[in-house]
Amino acid sequence: MGDSTSATDEAGDDAPAVPDIDLPGDAFDAVLDALADREAGDPLRFEGFSVARDEDAEFVLDGGDRRTGLSERDLHAALDERAPAVTDWYAFERVVGEFGPRRAFVRWIEDADGETVAARYAALAAGVERAWGELKITATVTDRGERRYDVRHADDAGVPVDDLDAHDDPLDARDLVTLDEKGRYRPLKTAPSLAGGWVFPDLGPRDLYETVETIYPATVANWHREREGNLDVNHWRETMERQSGIYGVVKTWDRGEGHEHVNWVAEACCDDSQCLKRREWGYDEDTDLDVDGGDGVFPCREPCSVVVSAARKWTRLESEQPRTYEFDLTPSEKEQVEDIIDAVADGRTDEIREADTKEGANRYRTRFLRAKLFDDEGNLGGVPTDADEE
Amino acid sequence: MQSLVIVAHGSHLNPESSAPTYDHADTIRATGAFDEVRTGFWKEEPHFREVLRTVEGDEVYVVPLFVSEGYFTEQVIPRELRLDGWDVSEWGSDGLSADQATLVAEDIDREVHYCGPVGTHRAMTDVIVRRAESVTDDPDVGDDFGLAVVGHGTERNENSAKAIEYHADRIAERDRFDEVKALYMDEEPEVDDLPEHFESDDVVLVPLFIADGYHTQEDIPEDVGLCEDHTEGYDVPETVDGTRIWYAGAVGTEPLMADVVLERAADAGASLGTALDDVRETTRVATGD
Repeated sequence: MGDSTSATDEAGDDAPAVPDIDLPGDAFDAVLDALADREAGDPLRFEGFSVARDEDAEFVLDGGDRRTGLSERDLHAALDERAPAVTDWYAFERVVGEFGPRRAFVRWIEDADGETVAARYAALAAGVERAWGELKITATVTDRGERRYDVRHADDAGVPVDDLDAHDDPLDARDLVTLDEKGRYRPLKTAPSLAGGWVFPDLGPRDLYETVETIYPATVANWHREREGNLDVNHWRETMERQSGIYGVVKTWDRGEGHEHVNWVAEACCDDSQCLKRREWGYDEDTDLDVDGGDGVFPCREPCSVVVSAARKWTRLESEQPRTYEFDLTPSEKEQVEDIIDAVADGRTDEIREADTKEGANRYRTRFLRAKLFDDEGNLGGVPTDADEE
Repeated sequence: MQSLVIVAHGSHLNPESSAPTYDHADTIRATGAFDEVRTGFWKEEPHFREVLRTVEGDEVYVVPLFVSEGYFTEQVIPRELRLDGWDVSEWGSDGLSADQATLVAEDIDREVHYCGPVGTHRAMTDVIVRRAESVTDDPDVGDDFGLAVVGHGTERNENSAKAIEYHADRIAERDRFDEVKALYMDEEPEVDDLPEHFESDDVVLVPLFIADGYHTQEDIPEDVGLCEDHTEGYDVPETVDGTRIWYAGAVGTEPLMADVVLERAADAGASLGTALDDVRETTRVATGD
């Protein structure tokens, strides 16, 4: 990908050339089928021109100068000269199809609603790159006008395909997303813990969509709804009110005393360091949260099942009343407790080297703290959790 | 365009929970009976709330991969799928006979056929028997064997026991196994005392669960005495109090489960071509070698 293509060389400056495209038979046949399905005179529109059938079963091409009485052979020749526009029509109308999220996503990849066919084909010839969560998607076009896509972890940008584990079935992605790189189960597919080392080097547009939706389920569907202006956001209050069974308790956490607890939940679970969705829900329709919703390209439309499950736990924990415990810490010990909390919260414990005793969350330092401060029952400072245990 | 949506529980903790759902979806995909096969989960993604918006088809069949009618099939799934006007009376069920209800899903403003759970379908009986064949590696297992069908009792869901009894009775009527018993985890007759309930030297124990997890991998093996602690593992068969117990693990992992999913969709009007025969053939236990 680092090498410049001949297309860019020929064009010089900053205007890459449109690649040569041969009109494939299936695209031409699709044009004939589309014209056969239309009334005579009803034009099929491509970028820059249109084609219609006339009453005599000959063809009319109108692209500024109108040409009539074309035979099928003439039409083929004319469309072959305009192969980029015809293959572009074929790619979206026949290959990608109508399904809204898929169509919008594949068009977004190459900015099909903003750029001309010529500009897009020139860009695709050089490779168009898009980011989606931790994915890097590179779109290209073949000399038959077919889109091909390389999907991989962004961390694997620039790695030769042969050095990665190559796949062609979108459903293979299910296995790629199950565990993180340390082999731990990923309960949240949009957590920024996707392991790399694999590539889908040569997907068509439909399989591109399926692969992305397998890695990040429903993200394209929700992104599409948001672009269409009809994302159905369900805020914290209504989501918790809906819960039942063992989760019914979470609605009791909202006591009409503000939404600070929900700020804490969002800071804990929804920060970009924890989830790549951009949080669009707030406390209720009129009350945003006070913490950052993130910068992700795809939205989060309601508290997810991971948040609801955690909220159930916090509802119980937060129903406890604070008590005053007294025990003594040195200033360094207080800071060490803070270091340990930070290291766990930021998922850094594995990064702290075994002998790096400068780190408060170092294992030896932490074991020393436990040896010094815990009694035989595991009570910090020898102070029982419940006073009546004394 | 005909679409199948399999909805299942899933797990935040156990990656094996969704494995049977994916496996059966793949089996059904391979038949080509549906233009698309999607999966949705309570604890994984896409969630029940968002799975329908990933569906392209206009004939949508939703099949719950659950063992019995109850809280999930009657409350959670219809609510989360936003089935407009859902009431459990739509199924008109006695706890075993839910077939399907056609309702508009507000999320996509299209009708969907919401089917009863796989666990109560009559075809599930065959899956339990097939599970016994698989675990014994004997397509003719039955003579000199007992069969225990095991589930939760009524403590959590009164319909749970109904499904267990229903299938145990149907298998007993076939006179294939010497004895067939329904046993429970939290009520009498309890699975803990399995050897006391059987005279046969060999008993196949089939838990009516969708996926392997805590109940099938830890609870039941320890309760039955296959092992002291599940981390030690156990043999199949394992002898407990003189009875050789062939522990089958969750019936839902049996490949023939795909057939029940198809049956549910067919009952709701899906056109399947030869898919049912295809699945029954491709998931068979090999005869001899």
